[in-house]
Amino acid sequence: MITAGIDVGSKNIKAVVLRDGRIAGEAVGSGGFEQLARATELLKQALRAAGCATADLAHITATGAGRTAVAFAHSTVTGVTAGARAANHLFPGARTVVEVGAEESRAVKTDGAGRVLDSAVNEKCAAGSGSFTESMARALGMTLEEFAVRSTQSTARIPMNAQCTVFAESEVVNLIHSGVDPKDIARAVHDAIASRVAAMVRRVKLEGDVVLLGGMAHNPGFVKCLKENLEVETLLIPERPELADALGAALVATDRAGGAPGERP
Amino acid sequence: MMMVPREEYWRWSEASWADPDKHWKDARVVTLGIDVGSVSSEAVVCLDGELYAFNTVRTAAGSVESARNAMKGVFERTGLRFDDIHYVVGTGYGRVNLPFAHKAITEIACHGRGANYMGGPSVRTILDMGGQDCKAIRVDERGKVTNFLMNDKCAAGTGRGMEVIADLLEVPIEELGPRSFDIDEEPPPVSDVCVVFAKSEAMARLKDGWSKNKVIAAYCRAMAERVAALLQRVGVEPDFFITGGISKNIGVVRRIEEIIGVKALPTPYDTQIAGALGAALFAHALYLKAQGKPQAA
Amino acid sequence: MIAHYGYKDAEGEFFITIDTDRCGRCEDKPCVAACPRGVFTVEEDPYGDTVVAVDDRRRRRLKYECAECKPAGDRPALPCVRACPWGAMTHSW
Ligand code: SF4
Ligand code: SF4
Repeated sequence: MITAGIDVGSKNIKAVVLRDGRIAGEAVGSGGFEQLARATELLKQALRAAGCATADLAHITATGAGRTAVAFAHSTVTGVTAGARAANHLFPGARTVVEVGAEESRAVKTDGAGRVLDSAVNEKCAAGSGSFTESMARALGMTLEEFAVRSTQSTARIPMNAQCTVFAESEVVNLIHSGVDPKDIARAVHDAIASRVAAMVRRVKLEGDVVLLGGMAHNPGFVKCLKENLEVETLLIPERPELADALGAALVATDRAGGAPGERP
Repeated sequence: MMMVPREEYWRWSEASWADPDKHWKDARVVTLGIDVGSVSSEAVVCLDGELYAFNTVRTAAGSVESARNAMKGVFERTGLRFDDIHYVVGTGYGRVNLPFAHKAITEIACHGRGANYMGGPSVRTILDMGGQDCKAIRVDERGKVTNFLMNDKCAAGTGRGMEVIADLLEVPIEELGPRSFDIDEEPPPVSDVCVVFAKSEAMARLKDGWSKNKVIAAYCRAMAERVAALLQRVGVEPDFFITGGISKNIGVVRRIEEIIGVKALPTPYDTQIAGALGAALFAHALYLKAQGKPQAA
Repeated sequence: MIAHYGYKDAEGEFFITIDTDRCGRCEDKPCVAACPRGVFTVEEDPYGDTVVAVDDRRRRRLKYECAECKPAGDRPALPCVRACPWGAMTHSW
């Protein structure tokens, strides 16, 4: 059976095609203003990579903030549910799922089999998600990669007072002017966002292994700070953490195509 | 980028003033209030509990230096020396570090007292909005604070949010107010509260063919709704008094007045000094109390 | 005086509200010790009452400071509110 999951974020759109429960094709691209057209395009790309056609698809499930824009999807699912489903598909038995993307972050407690028990989400304040680090890297004039790596080299702990992206930009500029080492600033920025994410994990209560999903899982500076803030030795990170929600949606599509009644849009 | 004029807008100008009809040598009690804020610092001198002179300067690197700069200006204008002052109260975020102040008092309390002097005893609700914070304060007829909140966490509820949108649209900040009324019809407010996300929303609206003025109007409306919600948390009771840089943005002020259904009191004073003035008035009362004299209201 | 400490941002309103007239009558200020995060300080307010206030470093991050006491999907009684014998404190959540 062939199914697809499409994750429509406000920034990027991701498509995953599954053949008998395994990833056969994928595509990632920017979203922008024409979400439906971009989603169609990216699904076609993923299908091409999988070597199949639109007609082969048994079920398409959309997720993400812009999921309702995907008119051709058979059903939709929330990001929280999709992420949990993917996390337990990749790491069966893990109970705590943390997902940090560019514009949203969340902590989810699952039953270990992909069902959501509790969740805490940060989606409206830019200071709570990955875009916070992007803004600060820009203020420091570094690429995201450099910013992340430098952060891991810092041994000092300086506090950041501002809790807003806009005010934090000025604070970072002031820190540069007063001669603070950029790697220590980078660490402070990653620590600030990690402490906010860790607080959300406390709201769902950390239990068992922790899975980290979303684009920020690629950022070693953040990963290091999150481990410290959660006081854990390891985080379970899949190879393509940014595709997790699309994968979760595709898995949900497989469940629903298999006879289980889906929520039709 | 218009860095300097932008700052001037929220800071008001560096100004100094002394009442030509008063002389400190005739006064029994001379008190000083110093407000060290994040952007500007003010010094106010009161004679027997009446406003006499003030000076406002840009806040420097250290609180103490900023306070000294502010005092220096007022001393130069009036011929006062520090030894002529009976009592000093410090306020503002840098208040705890002032070695020459007899007492530090929160800016909320000082603001309430200062607004009570400038707007008169009928003032019950005060909105103060500068570049970095927003305060909603309720006071009684003597300027005593009965209810307050301060928001300095989120840029969306402060002047800073306006700066971001002014930069994005490349419109001088002082033109935002008038331009927000130069539209055919009031648009719905921008829906994103977060300044960072509201920027993308503004771009999307421009792409939809909205004029800059319409985007500004939608932004002023959103700002007004946010501020009104904060005011409603403390409760709005007339008279209503506005201090800080926001009072210059009629695009936001008119819309706030419309939402809460109360007009703001006009005032001849430079409301930037509200905090320092309140501090000098507190200093007066505290000095009398220390002398064992009956306290003037 | 009704003192609101906290903020409103895009995620919502996060205020701790203290009725200082009630708080001023409280001798032991048990809420300070009840809070696991050290959110409160004791200070003298400008009108001479000794009252509890929210620490300046915590004020702008109450959503995160109080996370442990505010589990997702539940609204239990908070340690600080429970500790207050005068009913002087509320949270806007
Ligand atoms: S605090 Fe800053 S980042 Fe968060 S909602 Fe407000 S403006 Fe946006
Ligand atoms: S809710 Fe918990 S952390 Fe927050 S102030 Fe109360 S006791 Fe402290």
